[in-house]
Amino acid sequence: MFFLVLKRILLGLITLFIVSLITFSGVEVLPGDACTTYLEREAYGAALEACYERLGLNTPAYERYISWAAGVLQGDFGYSLSGEMRINDVLGPRVKNSMVLASASILIGIPIALLLGIITALWRDKLPDIIISTVTIFSMTIPEFISATLLILIVAIWLEWLPGIVIVPTGVSISELLPNIILPVIAISMIMTAHMARMVRSSVIQVMASDYVQMAILKGVPYWKMVFKHVLPNALLPAINVVALTIAWLLGGVVVTEVVFNYPGLGRLVIESISNRDLPVVQALAIILASIYVSINLIADLMTLMLNPRLKSLQIKK
Amino acid sequence: MDNSVQTINNLTIGFTSQKGEQISILKNISTTIKKGETVGIVGESGSGKSTLALAMMGYVKHGLYTISGECLFHSNNLLEMKNKDLENIRGRKIAMIPQNAGQSLTPNLKIGYQIDEALKLHTDLKKEERDKKISELLNKVRLPSPEIMAQRYPHELSGGQQQRVAVAMALAGNPELLLLDEPTTGLDVTTQAHVLELLNFIAKDTGTSMVYVSHDLGAIAQVSDRIIVMYSGEIVLDGPVRSILKNPIHPYTFGLLKSIPKLTSPGLPASMSGSQPQPGTIKMGCSFYKRCNLSEDKCKNNSPNLEYIDDLNTSVRCFKYKELINVKETNSDTVKSINNDIFQNEILDISKVSISYAKQKFIDQLLNKVDDSNPTVQDINININKGETLALVGESGSGKSTILKSIAGLLKTKDGMIKFDKDNVLSNDLKTRDPGFLRAIQLIFQNPDESLNPNHTVEEIVSQPLRLYFGLKGDELKQKIIEVLEKVRLGEFYLTRYPRQLSGGEKQRVAVARAFAAKPDIILCDEVTSALDVSVQAAVLNLLQELKEDFGTTYIFVSHDLAVVRAISDRVAVLYQGRLCEIGPSKNVYELPSHPYTEVLLGAALEPDPDIKPKLVAEDIVEEKPPEQGCSFQGRCPRILGDICKTDVPPWQIGENGNSIRCHIKVDDLKKQQSIN
Repeated sequence: MFFLVLKRILLGLITLFIVSLITFSGVEVLPGDACTTYLEREAYGAALEACYERLGLNTPAYERYISWAAGVLQGDFGYSLSGEMRINDVLGPRVKNSMVLASASILIGIPIALLLGIITALWRDKLPDIIISTVTIFSMTIPEFISATLLILIVAIWLEWLPGIVIVPTGVSISELLPNIILPVIAISMIMTAHMARMVRSSVIQVMASDYVQMAILKGVPYWKMVFKHVLPNALLPAINVVALTIAWLLGGVVVTEVVFNYPGLGRLVIESISNRDLPVVQALAIILASIYVSINLIADLMTLMLNPRLKSLQIKK
Repeated sequence: MDNSVQTINNLTIGFTSQKGEQISILKNISTTIKKGETVGIVGESGSGKSTLALAMMGYVKHGLYTISGECLFHSNNLLEMKNKDLENIRGRKIAMIPQNAGQSLTPNLKIGYQIDEALKLHTDLKKEERDKKISELLNKVRLPSPEIMAQRYPHELSGGQQQRVAVAMALAGNPELLLLDEPTTGLDVTTQAHVLELLNFIAKDTGTSMVYVSHDLGAIAQVSDRIIVMYSGEIVLDGPVRSILKNPIHPYTFGLLKSIPKLTSPGLPASMSGSQPQPGTIKMGCSFYKRCNLSEDKCKNNSPNLEYIDDLNTSVRCFKYKELINVKETNSDTVKSINNDIFQNEILDISKVSISYAKQKFIDQLLNKVDDSNPTVQDINININKGETLALVGESGSGKSTILKSIAGLLKTKDGMIKFDKDNVLSNDLKTRDPGFLRAIQLIFQNPDESLNPNHTVEEIVSQPLRLYFGLKGDELKQKIIEVLEKVRLGEFYLTRYPRQLSGGEKQRVAVARAFAAKPDIILCDEVTSALDVSVQAAVLNLLQELKEDFGTTYIFVSHDLAVVRAISDRVAVLYQGRLCEIGPSKNVYELPSHPYTEVLLGAALEPDPDIKPKLVAEDIVEEKPPEQGCSFQGRCPRILGDICKTDVPPWQIGENGNSIRCHIKVDDLKKQQSIN
């Protein structure tokens, strides 16, 4: 078990290393560099030389990679290009904002998704299933920029209940941020919940049709006891990985929703820094997003391992 | 006093087809299960036997519904009962032992918990009493160290152990009626014999009524007092075990019994033509009309009723049963014998072959080296002659399929070599093997559903070897495909069909046709009849035999079914844990088994005759790995000699029957010991 965890962590680190190599070399081979972007028309002669000197761009690529990687390992991503700000200072509040949005969506969306999935499976082909399934399929198929825009139109403009777009500064405190996230959370949850509920539904239906559930019924186990003891633990195991991927997707910034609502999270930062050609920030974001995916997947795998007795004993035997 | 436990009256269960037609799966079933009686329900797949067993618990599968009739348990109709009341009967009054215990135990719950659940629901015992009862139950089904067992998860047990747990669970509520749905199908022969013996013991010990559903007449014969034969959703024969099996007066049962290969008689069983009709296709007349030898015009338009014959105490659904009343054993005239002379003309030489499944370490992988001191299959030496049928037999884990895969080139051997046609060494690796040799060795798999591509038509399936090996095209190709299909008795109109439009037997014929299309010298048959019904199995065995006579093909035939092996093989190699135990002409092996393992294996095999009981000479322990040293069978051998069996690999010697056997015990001593039993 211990070795398995170690092996997985090691594999995760290797993945991150490869990601860092790819992003770094990707930025390298693109025509132009940080200084030409920054200086624009003045990118020649002494000014360019001075910029190269300042950013250390006149050293060989591998040296720059090493010093950059060493910085990242110590949690220092260097300087952003546009504002000459420390990237850490740029990222910090954005990460926090994204976390707030993600946690709110997770806390609301996932329980609802599980509940809807279970209800539709247990009342399969009956009225609750037909209604909920229609609604989920509907909300799954509407792209989020449309549902988000519609939400703004109805709730913010017609009803005037909530602010339509987020107009707080990036570094605002959580309590000030909260009322602003209601609409984005609804927009995100609609699509996320629908996907997850469909997944849970099919998984529960599959387990309900299994021999061991039929056996439990024939053993005289009361319905709800059967559902909670025999069905759900087995049906929800495969859901763990989907939940994990969704969480990673949320934490990584929900680009479209953030842009529509003008929300100052990681997703919008990705768009902004790409359009500003702020390459150091893009590099930093790539590494951060990759680490989020790697670590969440690692946690999901370990959880599956802990909860599935079959896998657990298999590992112990070895 | 009424001593019936369950009475079924005119039960019809069915479904509504997509066209809106009502189609019956069970038609007008009426029968009574008496107290303390064991009733065997026998039928081929699709006969409705499992639906009937589930209905006896008031359970109807999703999509099916009761059309008419009732299922009375002590005069309460289970099919109209509320779920709440059913929960009090299921598991407590009527318990079920399922077909596949491995899939019927909930994977995330410990064995102990699952038995405890039944106890909690159906008894008033307190926690400590229940714990004691769990141990008692596990003891009763003869599982070793019950306390440890209770802490295990289902996947940590072997198939036989899982089945025993299912039995223990069913006994927890002290039921009046036990329903067993194919409880031993999928178990090894020795395990099956032990489980059946346990069930017999429980029936006697507790006085529980049992309903035993199976397609296996051998197993049914061992446990039942009465047999119900089902065909196409109807009861066609119902009577005492001996009269049904010794003098079956329904033509279907008569044919069914003749199509079962017997351990005691060599040669191929007689096959029945056709297959069971799909539900809803028979609109009028007897459902067996098309396959029946005795049928006349009357049978085409009128359905016979189930008629009770007083002096035989049997009910039969046939107009012409009287013609069968005095027909006794007629095996001799229908059985074809297969005694062609085999010339000493070697076609395949397997020498010193070992195969390992051990996971290679990274370094070994680089060096292309296999490091395993205790490989799954070791030291296999077999010569196979042209035109011979060699059978590999053994229980699951004996390595028989593994050896086949290595011959086919699908698995690399660790040591040793396989030589084809005297001096062509077959490459270890499929990629480097000469295409000519690939053509010469063809495989037929167990399950045609999985070995035939569902998106290819029969034409495409059969055309592949013809195009690949002979480069045929156009009309020539089509001509050849039709020719090959005719060889396996499939007409031209099958060309455009997809596998899903074929019956099980037809699918396997297509697989046989594909193998023969390559004009192979050797065909490897991996459990080719195991997924088929008995009557279809007989037809496929006959077909294989005829093709062999026509083409002079050599078969290497792997099967766990000893009677099938007896029917088709010229020579038998008995394997245990990937090591050879005995090899020789099948006549010798079956008439005078000399290796202790052969003796154990054959002793446990069942015959469809209640008067031939299996001999259980060894425990059915399951060994996961072959022992590190000594004889492979040391762990279970009933005649173990002593330490030498544990330290030294036994030598080859010529046994009492003229076969080569691998045993430390001297042949004379072995003979003496075996004659005592």
